[in-house]
Amino acid sequence: MSRLALLAGPELPVGAERLASHVGRLGPLPRGGRALIELLVRTELTGRGGAGFPVGVKWRAVAAASSGSAVVIVNGAEGEPHSKKDRLLMSSRPHLILDGALLAAASVHAKEIVLYIGEGLHGAFRAMTEAVAERTAMERRLIRIVAAPARYVAGDSSATVHLVDAGIATPTTTPPPPRERGVGGAATLVQNVETLAHVALIARTGAGTNTVLVTVAGAVRTPGVLEVYAGTSLGEAVQLAGGPSEPARAVLLGGYFGRWVEAADAWSLSIDPRALRDRGLSLGCGVIGVMPARHCPVCEVAGIMRYLASESSAQCGPCFFGLRALADACTRIAERGTDPGDLQRLQRWSAEVQGRGACKHPDGAIMFLQSAMKTFGDDFANHPAHLRRSA
Amino acid sequence: MSKRFELAVDRIKCDGRGLCAELLPEVIRLDSWGYPIIAPGPIPEHLMGLAQRAVDDCPVLAIALRKAEVQKPKVP
Repeated sequence: MSRLALLAGPELPVGAERLASHVGRLGPLPRGGRALIELLVRTELTGRGGAGFPVGVKWRAVAAASSGSAVVIVNGAEGEPHSKKDRLLMSSRPHLILDGALLAAASVHAKEIVLYIGEGLHGAFRAMTEAVAERTAMERRLIRIVAAPARYVAGDSSATVHLVDAGIATPTTTPPPPRERGVGGAATLVQNVETLAHVALIARTGAGTNTVLVTVAGAVRTPGVLEVYAGTSLGEAVQLAGGPSEPARAVLLGGYFGRWVEAADAWSLSIDPRALRDRGLSLGCGVIGVMPARHCPVCEVAGIMRYLASESSAQCGPCFFGLRALADACTRIAERGTDPGDLQRLQRWSAEVQGRGACKHPDGAIMFLQSAMKTFGDDFANHPAHLRRSA
Repeated sequence: MSKRFELAVDRIKCDGRGLCAELLPEVIRLDSWGYPIIAPGPIPEHLMGLAQRAVDDCPVLAIALRKAEVQKPKVP
């Protein structure tokens, strides 16, 4: 486990850091406001939930639309199957997240902070609840906690608003985005827990942070969460996770809405949101998934497409029917072997579904599939008939 | 300069009834599952009447006309 800035402090097995230790280590909560928003713009902090939206720009928009009625939603849904970094941060450094949330609330003139925590994340739930109880009465009055259903789309920002408003964690039609019209119609800032922890550090030092949390999963010896410096190579991160446990075929970077990279090209890639974006990649939610060489990529991709299809919230036809059709075509290729008709249908349906959901779920799934078909083109073109391997 | 409009579909409301594509096939076609795909760009002036009818006649009120997004001027 490497612990640099976000995870500095007491050893992690100790559990959640108490308020006294947190304040003793980092000092009191600085002031939020206009100056902090401009600092976040200057330091170019981007969201760590997956979409990578510029934080300062979002805060500016919410502050401008707020007039004292805004809401801050602290997004700890962590619905991404292999991601563990948000629950680790909530379980071990809850006050860093609360600091970020309180700074956000002060900066955008919010009347309420909602902690939106994945319902299965018991350690995170307990740690955040206990941390809130340690805060002042004035801070506690601002904060409430809600449980997010353990579904992939529950972390979508419009879905978080929908759950708080109506108890249903399904995405809603945008525009307008939550930052313009969210909870109860008020401008709403939805921000991932890691992002807010970065804010808590930036507000204290006046400088940008240079670390990110990643989850290394798959064929490594000690899978788990790491805090690494931006600019660390993927190969170094994999070494920090104990090194490969067997020969690797490819890396899925950024979770299920991410991109595939052949292992040979992957190790030298730099874990830096901007550097990756320049190469058409994205750190997304920070999952580095290492697929072993003995796995069949087509079968692997078919399994993930079936998962993403099943996680459609079944609201928009193109997503509900389209992702199912795409997953079925992948599965046919995986189990019955390559069929030129299915390859054509994958292309045609991908183009048809792209951009036609209320949320980005279909787009994320299509990007994943297109990246897979590009990276594993030969495998898709020459897949033998065989039954799918068990997961 | 006349105002230019485009059609926007509320994907959650849309049920795939397909009326819009019958009224305005010049702009709207249906995907493999019967949901509308709108051709990009503003609605041609002579089709505005039909576009308005597609909006009014949608059984689930899933289509709206809205001002076309401003096109960025091309760099000469």
